[in-house]
Amino acid sequence: MTRSTVPVRLYVNGDRYDIDIEPRRTLADALREDCALTGTHLGCEHGVCGACTVLLDGQPVRACLMFAVQAEGASVRTVEGLAPDEETLHPVQKAFWEHHGLQCGFCTPGFLTLVTGYLEEHPEAQEDELRDVLSSNLCRCTGYQNIVTATMSAAEEMRG
Amino acid sequence: MNTAEPRSWTGRAMPRLEDPAILRGWGRYVADVAAGDDCLHVRFVRSSHAAGRIRSISAPAHVTLVTAADLAGLHPIRAVLDRPDYVTVATPILADDVVRFVGEPVAAVLAPSEAEAEDALDEVVVDIEPLPAVLSAEAASRRDAPLVHDTEFPGDPNTVVDGRIHTPGFDEAVASADRIVTVQVGSSRQSAMPLEARASHAAYDRATGRVTLHATLQMPHMTRTGIADCLGIPEDDLRVISPDVGGGFGAKMTLAREDIVVVHLSRTLRRNIAWIETREENFLGAWHSREQVYDIEGAFSAAGELLALRGDLVCDVGAYSCYPVTFGVEPLMAMAELPGCYRVREYSVRSRGILTNKCPIAPYRGVSRPVQVLAMERLMDVAAAELGLDPVQIRRTNLVGEFPHRTPSGLVLDDASHLETLQLAADMADLAEFRERQRAAREAGRYLGIGFSSFAERTGYGTPAFAARSVPMTLGREEIATVTPGAERVICTMDPSGGVTLRIGASPHGQGLRTTLSQVVSDALGIEPSSVRVIDSDTDTTPYGWGSFASRAMVIAGGATLIAARELAERLRVLAAHRLGGLPDDIDLVEGHARRRDTGEEIALRVLARDTYHNAQLIPDKGQPALEAVGVYDPAGTFANACHVAEVEVDPDTGEVRIERFLVAEDAGRLVNPAVVDGQIHGGIAQGIANALYEELIYDERGVLVTTSLMDYLPPTVAEIPPIRIAHLETISPASITGAKGVGEGGTIGAPAAIANAVSDALAPLGIGVFHLPATPHRLRTMIRQASRTKEAAS
Repeated sequence: MTRSTVPVRLYVNGDRYDIDIEPRRTLADALREDCALTGTHLGCEHGVCGACTVLLDGQPVRACLMFAVQAEGASVRTVEGLAPDEETLHPVQKAFWEHHGLQCGFCTPGFLTLVTGYLEEHPEAQEDELRDVLSSNLCRCTGYQNIVTATMSAAEEMRG
Repeated sequence: MNTAEPRSWTGRAMPRLEDPAILRGWGRYVADVAAGDDCLHVRFVRSSHAAGRIRSISAPAHVTLVTAADLAGLHPIRAVLDRPDYVTVATPILADDVVRFVGEPVAAVLAPSEAEAEDALDEVVVDIEPLPAVLSAEAASRRDAPLVHDTEFPGDPNTVVDGRIHTPGFDEAVASADRIVTVQVGSSRQSAMPLEARASHAAYDRATGRVTLHATLQMPHMTRTGIADCLGIPEDDLRVISPDVGGGFGAKMTLAREDIVVVHLSRTLRRNIAWIETREENFLGAWHSREQVYDIEGAFSAAGELLALRGDLVCDVGAYSCYPVTFGVEPLMAMAELPGCYRVREYSVRSRGILTNKCPIAPYRGVSRPVQVLAMERLMDVAAAELGLDPVQIRRTNLVGEFPHRTPSGLVLDDASHLETLQLAADMADLAEFRERQRAAREAGRYLGIGFSSFAERTGYGTPAFAARSVPMTLGREEIATVTPGAERVICTMDPSGGVTLRIGASPHGQGLRTTLSQVVSDALGIEPSSVRVIDSDTDTTPYGWGSFASRAMVIAGGATLIAARELAERLRVLAAHRLGGLPDDIDLVEGHARRRDTGEEIALRVLARDTYHNAQLIPDKGQPALEAVGVYDPAGTFANACHVAEVEVDPDTGEVRIERFLVAEDAGRLVNPAVVDGQIHGGIAQGIANALYEELIYDERGVLVTTSLMDYLPPTVAEIPPIRIAHLETISPASITGAKGVGEGGTIGAPAAIANAVSDALAPLGIGVFHLPATPHRLRTMIRQASRTKEAAS
């Protein structure tokens, strides 16, 4: 069987990736398989769990629900692109660490990108609003208590 | 001389050593091992019939198809318990001839990518002649019921476990009772639903013929034994690695048929093979749990003392056993532990596991204890209401207060704090204030309720406890295949630079064991956790161990770690005394140094370590030029305990339950890392709330699972989980050498009963009690509507 591929140019975490993929390849698969960025996880592949959340031009999206070709030319930010450098964590990552906001860590990249994306656009968000945002994603380990605490702490830190 | 007492690492909520890599997206889960690897991808063709005979399996020539016929020579999985009432059934690696549940793997396809494997899956045609299926334990155990397996059942049809206990004074105690209180409780099927579904990647090494299997597991060593047995190969031909694991909750301790196929294909094709399970497959085939119905009778005195307890416990175990713990796990745990934290002197119980044409059950956090505690706690509240007693008072009357306490099933409850946690919980709840609010709310047409749940959580049990499940019949037989989980081993090594490596048989999957064990080692050796490296979950580099399940890791692996670290510390003290003079007992290990307590003279551990390896002539016992100690721990078990309190409001129009408060008075012994302990409690309670109100696997009348996505099966989001307030007591029990008790399952065990009691309390004015979980809005609304109709008819 011959399978046709198309060239796609992605900008991920500031780097350019020129890849040849089947048009049906999801953004999540392209990030994981073609860009070797395996921090974006797949928990359900039907858009509910949110483990695959990435930022597309700053907006949180489910990378399992969009094709990579749809991200042509857009700027994608994954969990690997949150920290400013290898020595420093992003305030959201730091807060999750300090407040034990993760256990198995499988959902964590999705929560980190979700929270980062939201707080960068809504630095004044309060707890009720942030709980609403956090209800986009599923975590099976933490019971969410420490995710809420970490998110509140990160919000405060980012407001400065 | 430095007199400052060094601060202990144990007891500190230090941030986890595991986290920085995970937070950066550098975690390494099985699918990450497969991503970018030049491997073949396997997908499984699954039965769409609950029961049937396979007529044919076919696919176009371009599809690489693997069926049971290609697996000739492989042995089926046999999970065996040595008891007269236990019926062993074999699990073929792929269904051969007969299918027994929807989702059962009947064939596999192979392709160069996941997408192409999925394409190939669509081209496979499986022709199955349907056969009559049995879809409930009740139907399956009826006379003349179709048999799920064509084998001999010594008792009722399809009954694979039938355990009984009857204490001699039971009948007399019942006769002396003032009141017999009966309840029937039940639970729907549930899924552990780790966010990472199952996955495996087998890499073939041409040079050695060995396969390295990366799989998402709680028991890598046992998995290797299981796969090697089924393939008929020496264990050494297989290396099993469980890298970062995206949640387990019990679901990843059971041997997967799919993993055996993956390893077999890798060996025979001499290729790397990957299998990444989809969420739908995970719901269909990756083990269910807790479909149970318990009929309970409590014989009470007028003062509320429980004189005798009778139970008829039925567990729907699905179509096959689970390896290694067997489908006896739910019914036998229920039989042994039903009395829980209550003083039950006389006990009569029958506990059955019954086959049905549904997905097999396997352990899920708490196993059958959430239903046991539901039974006992509903019994207590119903009895309190019938006898006109307060729910706290009836618990106080019956809780075990003196230790050790021997239960009628032969368990020994070690030092615990049932009465104290109940009191603490009642104080936190401020019952009088709540009753006031409840009264005011009722007048305003609102339904508020409060529910208590006291329980004991059996944790950290080794060989003696698992051996007690068996009634040995055939010891010494040639093909004995029984599996009795038990001891954990660790090897603690100080390298020449003074760094410590701890290799463990346990296999963490999110519990933070690398951090907590490092804390234990650090205290014993006077070093910092950052200089301890924990190596786990790799059969090539760790000692044989059972893994992480049944709230055992901190007790058993932690105990083994303490034993090894103390032995290493003793050796360092001997070496230091040789260098500094004085006796080993005069040496303290602090801040990376060995220090004479009397003179304050000290020597760095890294100097001692370096000399031990490189200048053996300087050390007293030259025969041991290494710094290494092995720790083995195999305890009988220790019981953690807690009391949960839920406050709820029920919307009578929608049947929605809103949890207003959730309070926990918990005693898990010594808290090695309080943040980790609270994290376990939070997560456990969220799953308990899910069990109580939301999650339910539903089969239709043909035995087809209809809840196969996260839009049908409803794990809670943050919106459904209230803030949880936790208070700790720390009873230090001699049954655990670290003083720590397990805490992994308590949240899930206690929360459902607290919520069922709270919802029942809220709806008491309507005469409604909740006995079956989950209490979904639909179920509650149906009961509320029925109650109002009955009320109308009566008026």
